[in-house]
Order: sequence, then structure tokens, then C-alpha cells
Amino acid sequence: MYDFSALYEATSVQNAVELMQAHPSAVLIAGGSDVLIKMREGKLAGAELISIYKLDELREVTMDPDGALRIGPMTSFSHATNSPMLQKYMPVLGESADTAGGPQLRSIGTLGGTICTGVTSADTASTQVAYDAVLEITSVSGIRKLSIHDFYKGPGKVDLQPGELLTAILIPKESYENCFGYYIKYAMRNAMDIATIGCSVNVVLSPDRKTIRRMRIAYGVAGPVPMRARTAEAALNGMPVGEAAIAAIGEEVLKDVNPRTSWRASAEFRKQIISETARRGLKAAIERAGGVF
Amino acid sequence: MEKKLVRCNINGKDVETYLDVRSSLTDMLRNDYRLTSVKKGCEVGECGACNVIIDGECYNSCIYLAVWAEGKHIRTLESLLGPNGELSDIQQAFVDEAAVQCGFCTPGFIMTAVKILESGKEYTREELRKQLSGHLCRCTGYENILNAVEKTMKKRLGKA
Ligand SMILES: Cc1cc2nc3c(=O)[nH]c(=O)nc-3n(C[C@H](O)[C@H](O)[C@H](O)COP(=O)(O)OP(=O)(O)OC[C@H]3O[C@@H](n4cnc5c(N)ncnc54)[C@H](O)[C@@H]3O)c2cc1C
Ligand code: FES
Ligand code: FES
Repeated sequence: MYDFSALYEATSVQNAVELMQAHPSAVLIAGGSDVLIKMREGKLAGAELISIYKLDELREVTMDPDGALRIGPMTSFSHATNSPMLQKYMPVLGESADTAGGPQLRSIGTLGGTICTGVTSADTASTQVAYDAVLEITSVSGIRKLSIHDFYKGPGKVDLQPGELLTAILIPKESYENCFGYYIKYAMRNAMDIATIGCSVNVVLSPDRKTIRRMRIAYGVAGPVPMRARTAEAALNGMPVGEAAIAAIGEEVLKDVNPRTSWRASAEFRKQIISETARRGLKAAIERAGGVF
Repeated sequence: MEKKLVRCNINGKDVETYLDVRSSLTDMLRNDYRLTSVKKGCEVGECGACNVIIDGECYNSCIYLAVWAEGKHIRTLESLLGPNGELSDIQQAFVDEAAVQCGFCTPGFIMTAVKILESGKEYTREELRKQLSGHLCRCTGYENILNAVEKTMKKRLGKA
């Protein structure tokens, strides 16, 4: 038995935002893999819940007329991995989802929930950040869109006002077109573990595949929220494909990051992992893009 | 507390019951339907003892609201029982391979194994490890569990 005082089950997106307006202190629950754990820990004792679990319209991955990928926030990790649309245009998102928790967790955890928690270690979050995701947020007063970079406010804090529901994660066409990504999760165990460092890299190469036309790199756990390494990106853009670029990325990323010491790993160790995952991730992404070393 | 009618199909049978909305799916399966193969281990989604198959996918029923089961097809270990109480091949393999000690993790493991076996695919040992990685076992050390699943997979594929 869970310790909540009421459960409102939304029947549509419109109904959900109305329920959120009518019950401003209620907690929204999607897949519940954070909310129900907190509840077991006694942190949400007596709260009211609004469930969007049955809103299948938020579980789809489709393409907008402008070519943007529209990912329903209720898309589970395993559905992201198995989505033909994502496999075709952005396989790295499903691959990063496939590193979270274990198989049963991947059936229930959602891509929307994972960013709404504002947690830096979330495995799919760095990939969404690395692809400049745009978030569509709906409330009774309408829809607003904002960049995922502005969404993260601090550890556990995101730009969601009371009554606001994340209704889509949009990946702009220019982010995924001709772009090849790679995700590396470094953790102490092979499964059921939180990332010590998560690194998501993607590249667009020149048509002859000899030059890095555009490189993007984002980290989880390198700072308080998932973050891009902009200095490193600027340094790598335009560099020829080759070992020099790989060596450079390992150095450049350290100018951007600010990892902390925790019981999981010291800041020094995280820095080493940050360099190493950058080198390996960039190399793998370039190889996927058809670049040769 | 508010009660809600929840209709679903459990182990091939259409059922319905009025539930306290605060119930987890584990609560419903154990208390309302006496399906006690569904174990309460950690109750926070870490151990897999409560794992069941919902519409073909594995879920830890401890972190699943019972009301979400509305309209779903749910399978628990009890569905594997033969008409005369026989064990299924995968259960027998757990016995034969000494993959059971205290048995608390076994129903959860076996339901994941059922999903693996019913996919009809052949997995490498490494892939099987990944597929089974959502389960904790405090007794066996996992090797015998992997052996049981691997051998049953090979048998079903006619390769052993
Ligand atoms: C055993 C276990 C292991 C885990 N391992 C990993 C791991 O390895 N890697 C990893 O990244 N994560 C892991 N997680 C964390 C978890 O799975 C994710 O954070 C998950 O994706 C959250 O999604 P949810 O829908 O289940 O969350 P919920 O608990 O339903 O929601 C989380 C938060 O987001 C809000 N929210 C959800 N959806 C919306 C929406 N559409 N609009 C507005 N607000 C919303 C909720 O109000 C709540 O505050 C693990 C969790 C467990 C229990
Ligand atoms: S009891 Fe559900 S995962 Fe442990
Ligand atoms: S047999 Fe005892 S926990 Fe697995």
C-alpha cells in the first residue's frame, strides 16, 4: 500500500492540465519510478497524485511536418530502444536508454520523467542535451516551447511551473540530420547502477568524411545538471578527422567541467573518466559517421 | 479510502475487483488474487522478486499502481503450472541446475526467463546476463541460473 491521500487519473492531456490546475499541490506521476520510490521512503507522505500513466497519446514517437522528431514524454526506455523512428534517425537515444537500471526498470521509466527530475546522472538526459532538444510544455493557458538548456535550473530543479505538463521532447532536424552519436555510461557495476559519468557525443562530418564539421558533447554527473562542453566543441569544430582530434578532445573537455567528489568517485577520478569517455566517444561517433583513422 | 473497479486478465482469465487505489500491483496480485509467487523483496524496484509480465513486457509490480492494470494482460509464475501440476521446462531446468536455494528470487527470474524464451531468439551468455540483470539473488551466485536459462533456450531452439 502506498501512502497517498488521493489519486486522480488523467484521461487526456487537456484533462491532465485541468486536474493540475484544480489540485496545485498534487504530485504528477508518469512511470512512477521516482515518485513511488520517494513515497516508499516516506518523503511524499499523504500527497495527492495525478497519474498520466494511461495517456497513450504521450507514448508515441513521430515526425513533425518540419522534420523534428516528436518524442512523447511517456515513451519508456525500452520503447525508445525499440522505436523504428529513433533507430533510424537517432539510435544513440535508445542506446543510452538501454543502459538505465535493468530490464524491468526500462519498461517503466520514461524519457520525460527522467528530465523532469532534474537529475544530472539520468542516462538519456545528456543525449537530449547533446541534440539541443526543445521541450513542449502545456498548461491550461496554452503551449510554450523552450530549449532543454534553459529547462535545467539546478540540481533537482527544472523550469516547470505549477500546472505545467511536459507534452513533447522535440529533436530538431538539424540536430539529427547526417549526425552520428555515441553514448558511454561509466558506472561501478554493469547494471542497476547510477552513472559515475555519462558522456554523449555526436558528430557531423564533411561530405568527404575528412573534417569534423560539427561536434557536440554533453555530460551527466560532470556538473550539477547535464551539461554541454562548449569550449571543447568550439575547439574541435573544423578539425581534420584523426588522432590529433581525439587527443584534443580529452584536453579540451576539462576546461568545461566541474565534477565533485562524492562517495562514488573523487573529482580527480571523474576528470580522468571525463577525458577518457570523450576520446572514446568521439572516436566511436566518427567511425559511425564513416570517418577513418 | 477510495475504491476503484479494476478489470484485467490474469493468467488467461478475465477478472475484476474493487481495490483500494493505494495498492501496488504486488498488493493486488498477492492479496486479492492469492498469487503468492509474486514476492515482496525490496519494494523499491531494485531486486526483481516481484517481476511479472504485463502485455508482454517485464515489470516490477512493487512500483506499479494496481489501478494501472486496468485492461492489461498479466502473467505470473502460476500460469506455468501444467494441468496436472507439472512443472514447465524452465522450472524443471532451475531444479536440475540447482539454480534454486531459498527460492525467493526464483519466480521473478523465471518470468524474465519466460520472456527471453518466448522471444524465440538465441542469445549469447553475455546477452543473457544483461537480460537477467534486473534480478538479485542472495544465494546461488547466478551461474546456475544462467545455466538453466541458457540450456532451456538451446533446448527450445533444438540446439541441445
Ligand atoms: C531501481 C531503479 C534504478 C534506476 N536506475 C537508473 C539508471 O540507471 N539511469 C537513469 O537514468 N535513471 C535510473 N533510475 C531513475 C528513473 O528511472 C528515472 O528518473 C525515470 O526515468 C523517471 O521517469 P518516471 O516516468 O518513472 O518518473 P516519475 O516518478 O513518474 O516522475 C519523476 C518526476 O518527473 C515529473 N514528471 C514526470 N513526467 C512529467 C511530465 N510529462 N510533465 C511534467 N512533469 C513530469 C514527476 O512529477 C516527478 O516529479 C532508476 C530508478 C529505479 C527505481
Ligand atoms: S520487490 Fe519489487 S523489485 Fe524488489
Ligand atoms: S535462491 Fe535465494 S535469493 Fe535466489
